[in-house]
Amino acid sequence: MKTLTVQRTALTGNYAVAYAVKMAKPHVIAAYPITPQTTIVEKLAEFVEKGELNASFVNVESEFSAMSVVYGAAMAGARAFTATSSHGLLYMYEAVWWTALSRAPVVMAVVTRTIGPPWNIHVEHNDILALRDSGWIIAMAETVQEAFDLTLQAFKIAETVVLPMAVGVDGFILSHATEPVEIPPQELVDKFLPPRRPDVPLALRPGNAITFGNLPSDNRIHARHKAAIYQAHQEAKAVITQVDREYGKMFGRGYQGLVEWYKASDAKYIAVCTGAWCSDAKDAVDALRERGVPIGLMRLRFIRPFPREEVEKLDQYDLVVVYDRDITPAGGILGIEVKSALRRAKVVNIIAGIAGVDFDNRNFYETLQRALEGKYRDVEVVI
Amino acid sequence: MSFRLDLLPKKKYVVPGNAACAGCGMMIGLKILGMALGEESVLVIPASCASVVQGLAPKSGVAMPILNVPFASSPAVATGISEAFKMLGVKGHAVVWAGDGGTADIGFAALSGAAERNSNIIYIMYDNEAYMNTGIQRSGSTPRTAWTTTTPTGKRERKKDVALLMAMHGVPYVATANIAYPQDFYRKLKRAAEIQGFKFIHLYTPCPPGWRFDPAKTVEVARLAVETGAWILWEYDNGVFKLNPPSTVYADKSKRRPLKDYLKLQGRFAHLTEEEIKALEEEVDAKWNTILKLAKL
Repeated sequence: MKTLTVQRTALTGNYAVAYAVKMAKPHVIAAYPITPQTTIVEKLAEFVEKGELNASFVNVESEFSAMSVVYGAAMAGARAFTATSSHGLLYMYEAVWWTALSRAPVVMAVVTRTIGPPWNIHVEHNDILALRDSGWIIAMAETVQEAFDLTLQAFKIAETVVLPMAVGVDGFILSHATEPVEIPPQELVDKFLPPRRPDVPLALRPGNAITFGNLPSDNRIHARHKAAIYQAHQEAKAVITQVDREYGKMFGRGYQGLVEWYKASDAKYIAVCTGAWCSDAKDAVDALRERGVPIGLMRLRFIRPFPREEVEKLDQYDLVVVYDRDITPAGGILGIEVKSALRRAKVVNIIAGIAGVDFDNRNFYETLQRALEGKYRDVEVVI
Repeated sequence: MSFRLDLLPKKKYVVPGNAACAGCGMMIGLKILGMALGEESVLVIPASCASVVQGLAPKSGVAMPILNVPFASSPAVATGISEAFKMLGVKGHAVVWAGDGGTADIGFAALSGAAERNSNIIYIMYDNEAYMNTGIQRSGSTPRTAWTTTTPTGKRERKKDVALLMAMHGVPYVATANIAYPQDFYRKLKRAAEIQGFKFIHLYTPCPPGWRFDPAKTVEVARLAVETGAWILWEYDNGVFKLNPPSTVYADKSKRRPLKDYLKLQGRFAHLTEEEIKALEEEVDAKWNTILKLAKL
């Protein structure tokens, strides 16, 4: 084991995802170009053409077909990957649901980007959050290293839970930012991620006369199928924690499971956020701590399964400040979801960074301070 | 390729429990598909009559593996299956069995994409010339003048010729077929199965409730389509375009039966005036001119 060397290098978020996918040895990759996701699949196309990755790379005519190709491949037993952003994700939306409701263990990187109009290629989370009701498992990376780790873990989680998984990478601020990354040796990755079982969820093979997806004789069959997906999400929580623990043991780098708690144990107030800007939020927490403000942070690593048990713990804080980089007519999505699990705590929902508007550590510091001073309404849109 | 009818597989691929209408032309096609490729294929079926008449899960009225998929996705899903089979070393064909709406309309971008990248799939468009499953709404493949529930006084636009469009993609194999000529369809399926790359078969399948004719006359209507020249059997095999019998005979217009014989059996054409029939006859002639020119190239 000691002879196996970890490679330390510097990669963009997108290249980190591409390297992780390569090491997962997928059989089929399908993609359609959309900024800022493109460099992931460009890199993968290069790996395939150079013979470094033995996979079928299918250039399709739309994102709808990209998802449909990986869906078909996954239902036929292959390990399959695609990547998209924003309008691409919306364009594949029907296929996205079909994939989850078929329990096809596809892995997709979603490099988050604003939904137009107006056209805008910068970061926002509305796109990936559109997956939230479909049955997909959804994770969000904070760093380039985590984008790599989550992508590798995603194949194992998806294939264990038998559901597709999306890995969110913030557009540009992570996808195109270069950070140091540790790449484990292939031999160890192979040990962590054995080949996929091709007969789960079904053995789609010539001569095996089974059908999938036709009308049921009793709608309760369909209802039970949907209920099983709800149940699978509840069970996925333990799987995710277990996979992360195993990953930590093998590669010396683990996370805390569905959420990450930061300086939260002795805090009175807590910030909640997801994605790359959590690093900025942590800076602000540090700065407030230096001034004696007892504040901590909970980072949602996973949006689905919804970490209800962890979120319920927020009830012990005097103030919960939830940051959303998404906006809906009913408020921020994370704000709404966090509130749904709380009974007592006061929640302020700050919607910020929409359309890629800069929101850095100072903005977190200022908005947290104002929230603590009681200057914000329940839902506050900060531009 | 020749074969003996008595040597065709005896196994039934369309079995009791399927929910097709009496006289369904599509189900005749599915039986022939089963005989030709039933043991070596996985079917991909998008939203269509074929998706609702398979029988009720957990049972099935079709003895072939079937993956039901979203309306516009079938060429791409079949591509994924085909690529997975290649990478996993599984032998077999990914076969799409899709209706005319799923092919000519909502699925056309995905179909064109699969053709352009030469995906190794067999795509069969069974053409009943309207959205029958949802209640006879017009599609891009509905012929001009035909009554449908969304063209109550008759469709004003011409039928989209999907087979010719696919041939113009320059794919390895395109053919038309008709359920009244099972040997021809069977042969074309077997030929398609020999070829690597994208294969497209446009299968004519009359629909008694949608076309308003007696369910006992499905094969008769289908045969009349060929005998009047309204449906032409041809194939485009690796760059060679040729007519197939019995359409070969009807290249000579004098051998064709009057178009009226075909139209009068179908309630969807009952409202036609003599001028409209004449205009349709001219369209048939124009189509023949195109096909004959292509066959001479």
